[in-house]
Amino acid sequence: MNFSEMIQQAKEEYNSLYQNEELVILIGSATCGNSAGASIVSSTIQEELEKHNINYKIVEVGCIGLCYAEPIVTIIKPGSPAIFYGNITPDMAVELVDSYIINNDPLLDYALGTFEDGGIDKIPHIFDIPVLKPQVRMILRNCGFIDPKNILHYIANEGYSGFVNALGMKPQQVIQTIKKSGLRGRGGAGFPTWQKWQFCLDSAEKTKYIICNADEGDPGAFMNRSLLESDPHSALEGLLIAAYATGAKAGYIYCRAEYPLALERLKHAIMQMREFRLLGDNILDSGFSFDIEIKEGAGAFVCGEETALIASIEGRRGMPRTRPPFPSTSGLFGKPTVINNVETLASVSLIMQKSPHEFAEYGTRQSKGTKTFSLVGKVKKTGLIEVPLGTTLREVIYDIGGGIQNDGDFKAVQIGGPSGGCLPESFIDTPIDYDSLNLAGAIMGSGGLVVMDQNTCMVDVARYFLEFTQKESCGKCVPCRLGTKQMLDILVDITEGKGKPNDINLLVELAEAIKLASLCGLGQTAPNPVLTTIRFFKDEYGAHIQERMCPSLLCRELISYIVLPDKCQSCMLCLKSCPVDAIIGGKKQIHVIDQTKCIKCGTCFEVCSEKFAAVEKVSKTKGKNEKLDDEKIDK
Amino acid sequence: MGKDLREILSFYKGDRSNLIPILQDIQANFGYLPENAILEISKFTKIPESEIYGVATFYAQFRFTPIGKKHIMVCEGTACHVKGADQIMEGIERYLDIKEGETTPDLECSLESVACLGCCALAPCAMVNEKVESNLTLKDIKKLFSKNSK
Repeated sequence: MNFSEMIQQAKEEYNSLYQNEELVILIGSATCGNSAGASIVSSTIQEELEKHNINYKIVEVGCIGLCYAEPIVTIIKPGSPAIFYGNITPDMAVELVDSYIINNDPLLDYALGTFEDGGIDKIPHIFDIPVLKPQVRMILRNCGFIDPKNILHYIANEGYSGFVNALGMKPQQVIQTIKKSGLRGRGGAGFPTWQKWQFCLDSAEKTKYIICNADEGDPGAFMNRSLLESDPHSALEGLLIAAYATGAKAGYIYCRAEYPLALERLKHAIMQMREFRLLGDNILDSGFSFDIEIKEGAGAFVCGEETALIASIEGRRGMPRTRPPFPSTSGLFGKPTVINNVETLASVSLIMQKSPHEFAEYGTRQSKGTKTFSLVGKVKKTGLIEVPLGTTLREVIYDIGGGIQNDGDFKAVQIGGPSGGCLPESFIDTPIDYDSLNLAGAIMGSGGLVVMDQNTCMVDVARYFLEFTQKESCGKCVPCRLGTKQMLDILVDITEGKGKPNDINLLVELAEAIKLASLCGLGQTAPNPVLTTIRFFKDEYGAHIQERMCPSLLCRELISYIVLPDKCQSCMLCLKSCPVDAIIGGKKQIHVIDQTKCIKCGTCFEVCSEKFAAVEKVSKTKGKNEKLDDEKIDK
Repeated sequence: MGKDLREILSFYKGDRSNLIPILQDIQANFGYLPENAILEISKFTKIPESEIYGVATFYAQFRFTPIGKKHIMVCEGTACHVKGADQIMEGIERYLDIKEGETTPDLECSLESVACLGCCALAPCAMVNEKVESNLTLKDIKKLFSKNSK
């Protein structure tokens, strides 16, 4: 089968999905959908349809990015536009079958949107709902709409046409095309993609390698996972194009083992590529040969760093080495190697399918194109989003994310993972692009945006990141190995109320030394979360150190849980659920927490009904706190 | 489970770059890396045992003690952290009466932490034998063990 025959077959198959003679149901089945209960919803729908003898076809699609609304079910009745339903429970699934599929009532309350303009009254077009309207979906264009296990669905949506276009050019022309698009690496550092490729192409070495970095190690970021689970071929096509442009004959995908579903989808996709002769010898009779091998990461954050990743593929401890030589001249097995992030490669596919101009139409002068972000934390509508570079943090958090959870107050947004920083409200109008974020003291990173509210303690956040980088330091450079440990010890002391007046100065001093004297990005950026929180939230450090209190009521050693006597309904709920029997009381007897027994696990706070809200967290200076405890136990 | 050591090794050429995949394969089959397996790998790949231990102890994935039937990994990612992952971890520790990194004496449950599961939008979450459980609360902990128990 040649490529145009493939396209024809693909279009027939894909079109039959959305204009079908029989009922088609799409179930969002990426990790987020599955964990929210997609499989039980799917089996409930199938049982219900079989009970009524209705013919149907279920297709498991990826993630459309509206993670807060998972599980998402899309129903396409013959002759009607697709309707997306969100937060579907098994009971609602039964209702959908009875009301909409059998009786034609589309249940407006459950609907998120439709797939056709003016399709169904009162249900907006899915791309017009507030979360999606400000977004520009280029990288994620297929996610949630195609079956990630079916290569034909990808081909029907211009898939692999970018690679075929590349085959019609000389490698140097492909690199020129990528240069024109202005694409910069999406893994964090933002190095121009074309330049990496050019170094590799120019090398006289015969053996060259290309590696797709899918070791998305930043905690709080899941863009690559979602893309690989929902549209794996978009990254694989990019890998083919990169190989053709650089002259590599072998490629690796280094994907973390913590992503079992992404690995499964990748393996399946590679098998299908072979079947369609898009991989192996003499691909599509072009004379170009290339093969891909998957390498599973083994749980080391530092392996996101290029030279450590190479060491890991070679079967060694994943420790970075000095550069130069850069991998593009001496990388895997000593050969020229290009390492590109998943999203970078998906952008390459897009640029080659469309045109560099269409890509560069979005973004700023220095940062072209769109970028995906995982918008998570204390924001109402968590999920995977895609916006043009240069969009402000405010637009992302308030317009797309719908603002702060429980209508709380915005405190900070953490951007760039453990190498990034926490930006406060005064920076909320900062455009998200490589250079503006650097100026603000954060970095773009791979695209994790963790929103924090008044209940997030910034000292604790700094401690959290230091604990992470300290654990993940490979140990090669002394300043990183021991310096982060010293910083962590100081931060732990501060959160436990044992901080000393000079601690902040000491932290800054250590931070500067670690930044200067570490070999790789992990050490050079590890102090960033501490430095930005000190810069923007010095008051909170002060409260912990001088007043021994945690203004966010989070640091365990500095807070107590108390039962408010005027609100307590003596319902016994907290008393029964306390794991250490620290609550004294009975029926018709106001409950009291014995502070000497309390382990501050927070169970009573969680179980007390919102209506009563009788359990409260308090943090007072030490003297007052002791008095408070005494008073309570007397009662 | 089921493949023996020799069968696993027969899939590999024995190059240095096979080392991590071999270790992963063995752990997937036995649940951990038994001492004799390291010796066999050393003979097969001609890499000294000390170096194999050097590699295996570098990566968080590998363990040297048997694992429980139910393997719980509590996510410690940033989003999970700000949504109370510490409390969930401690709740499970209390429920199982073991600490992070330990296995119950009856080999039923093992408890570990993981840097990030990538299910950040539905934090806090944990993985129980490759299935991700999300939006966890302290109240859910009991359910976590009854729902998945066979």
